[in-house]
Amino acid sequence: MTHDDGTPTENTATEDGQAAQTANGRAPSRRSLLGWGGAGLALGAVSAGGTAAALRTGDDARPAGADATAGSAIAFHGRHQAGIASAVQDRLHFASFDVTTDDRDELIALLKEWTKAAARMTAGDAVGGGAVGGLAEAPPDDTGEALGLPPSRLTLTFGIGPTLFEKDGKDRFGIKARRPEALIDLPQFPGDNLDKTRSGGDLCVQACADDPQVAVHAIRNLARIGFGKVAIRWSQLGFGKTSSTTPDAQTPRNMFGFKDGTHNLAGTDTAALDKHVWVADGEAKGKESWMAGGSYLVARRIRMHIETWDRTSLQEQEEIFGRNKGEGAPVGKKHERDTPHLKSMLPTAHVRLAHPDSNGGVRILRRGYSFTDGTDGLGRLDAGLFFLAYQRDVRQGFVPLQKRLAATDALNEYIQHVGSAVFAVPPGVRNADDWWGRALFA
Amino acid sequence: MRALRSSAVAAIAAATAVTSVAGCAAKNDGKGGGGKGTIEVTATDSSCELSAKEFPAGHVRFAVQNKGSKVTEVYVYAPGDRIVTERENIGPGTRTEITAEIKAGSYEIACKPGMKGDGIRQKVTASGKGASTKRDPKLDAAVAAYRKYVQEQADQTLPAAQKFADAVKDGDVEAAKKTYALSRVGWERTEPVAESFGDIDPKVDVRADGLEKGQKWTGWHKLEKSLWEEKKISGDDKKLADQLITDLKDWQKRVGKAEITPTSMANGAKELLDEVATGKVTGEEERYSHTDLLDFHANVEGAEKAYELLKPVVGKNDPALAKELDKQFKVIGELLDEHRDSKSADGFASYDTVGKSERKKLSDGVNALAEPLSKLAAAVATAK
Repeated sequence: MTHDDGTPTENTATEDGQAAQTANGRAPSRRSLLGWGGAGLALGAVSAGGTAAALRTGDDARPAGADATAGSAIAFHGRHQAGIASAVQDRLHFASFDVTTDDRDELIALLKEWTKAAARMTAGDAVGGGAVGGLAEAPPDDTGEALGLPPSRLTLTFGIGPTLFEKDGKDRFGIKARRPEALIDLPQFPGDNLDKTRSGGDLCVQACADDPQVAVHAIRNLARIGFGKVAIRWSQLGFGKTSSTTPDAQTPRNMFGFKDGTHNLAGTDTAALDKHVWVADGEAKGKESWMAGGSYLVARRIRMHIETWDRTSLQEQEEIFGRNKGEGAPVGKKHERDTPHLKSMLPTAHVRLAHPDSNGGVRILRRGYSFTDGTDGLGRLDAGLFFLAYQRDVRQGFVPLQKRLAATDALNEYIQHVGSAVFAVPPGVRNADDWWGRALFA
Repeated sequence: MRALRSSAVAAIAAATAVTSVAGCAAKNDGKGGGGKGTIEVTATDSSCELSAKEFPAGHVRFAVQNKGSKVTEVYVYAPGDRIVTERENIGPGTRTEITAEIKAGSYEIACKPGMKGDGIRQKVTASGKGASTKRDPKLDAAVAAYRKYVQEQADQTLPAAQKFADAVKDGDVEAAKKTYALSRVGWERTEPVAESFGDIDPKVDVRADGLEKGQKWTGWHKLEKSLWEEKKISGDDKKLADQLITDLKDWQKRVGKAEITPTSMANGAKELLDEVATGKVTGEEERYSHTDLLDFHANVEGAEKAYELLKPVVGKNDPALAKELDKQFKVIGELLDEHRDSKSADGFASYDTVGKSERKKLSDGVNALAEPLSKLAAAVATAK
């Protein structure tokens, strides 16, 4: 967009919405249309709570008040990007982009514009001059489908793929030397059946929100701003988070009906996050210093063979996972959070192979979502898990874990990895003058 | 075609809205024209005299007398050379009368001795309620030049279409296939204007899925299906070839009267890319012949023409936009060049040979151009 409102709206992400509205004096924000802090917030809470209740009935119902903040805004600025350790929202729209320009300045200009739009959207404001009230002859700056919706805890998390540093042997933007060593090209794992058109990408944006409309709106507007500089390579919608970063909430279930992510890293466990997720200052030296406070993301589209799984006996299902289906308790235990006794499980049980104790204590932060993209033309549900995992170093995190799983996991009979991508996720945007990737291009 | 037609209508509606919003300035100065609202037009071989250059808006009569030695014609042009009314074949020494409903505004009256060229022109003003639109003369010039372009495209289409129609009537499938796509270029270049004649478009450019209940399928795509799908020409097809020429002649004759404004030109350019984005890039437009790339190219050429003509204004109002459009037109041109095929009848590869990833590249190129192009109308509408 050529539009530039010239106001430091990024500040609004963590400030009171009404004040921000008055300050920038532009088109109405989503919040102001609703009445910030009033009906809008209540509406958001009610609808998100309603969704949660509909998804989890009976004993699984969330504790009252757990969704009280479901409609609110999550701070955009900070040391780390939001959307990693922050509480997992209900919905996802993940997009991978190819950079189509060869011009470094153009790419930088786009990243600045994206950051500005992201700060506005996560705060619940419309992009640029808004969706209404502009010139009658011109298409509006904002596409408008999120008008009237609360911020919905939208987070936009930005990542950089290996091909931005080097593609076909070419240093495209003069940053080849700054490619972090941890940003490897993932090896081929046994059983992978990767579709190139659903894999890789120069850049990615992970949009998570409690309302799918808000997540889709964000990606759509970023894509639109990017036309001519970037093109969407592939994207994935997700629902029903498959892991939680908030241990006191119910552990969600995956498409196989099992609780997943019981021992996922908690967003509040800063020591564990520092150890397993964030790139430390001391670790990111010299040419890699731009990654301090960042993380590495692995995205895998994992297709689940739903129909054959559903014809599998309960006993076999439970043995394959190493947990029971109802409670999620490990084999031989009563409660979900009881410490698993790995040796009681089958040697090929999923939980046994994935457990940190089987992997030298290494942990990853999972943030995946279920997906269902209709049917596949053969009448089978095109469904599965869109696996997202953050870690400090892919070489110690996902790679050894997946090597182990790909070799022996009993679940492999029912799943197939069909898409794959890896991204360096820079640290957070610090303030209104900062932008996605600034330290890399500095 | 259904969706496309409605977008053309929307563009016209938008253009009209702009006119009515802007038009509120002129005042009625009360100066009348010739006797009882009649303007005397005296044409010679070298002059075009008027009894009044200012007259009240409304029902206006032009009494034309040809005092020259050549057959002449008289046109009343609205800004941008839109024909308000015209009379051809006014013989030497004869008189005739033309009447028209004329809104307040600026016009030009042209006598064309020998019925050629732009004619000898006189500026006139119709005043009264509703008032005139004061527009940047650069924009009027752009509209006039675009109208000329549109007319040229229609004029050039006729012989190309005739060639195609003749091949069909000869029952020569191969010759008809070779001339099919080429006969469509002028139409594709100016499609938003061509489509503004709601009665012609459904007769010449409708596809099978665009037919309304009870509508007989006529025009290019019906013949396309016969040639490529049925691989033979029926007696009915031969009649359709004649019908196509008749309909295109109708278009050629009426195109000068199309409502064109700077805004509709700009939106028309965007619509040409919309055409590409929805129909061509998917291969739906030319589903039997797979000549989509030539249509694609022609749509881009037409959009670029409209942009080039508006550029003097856009370059001043929004230089960044002009720079981006220059770049993206160049990029899409280069992308299309990759698919040129000197061995094919229309110069481009058959679209069924263009793979999925190549189509994605073309689609990305269209998005990259169409997005800034969607801002062109605003850059023109806000012209100071």
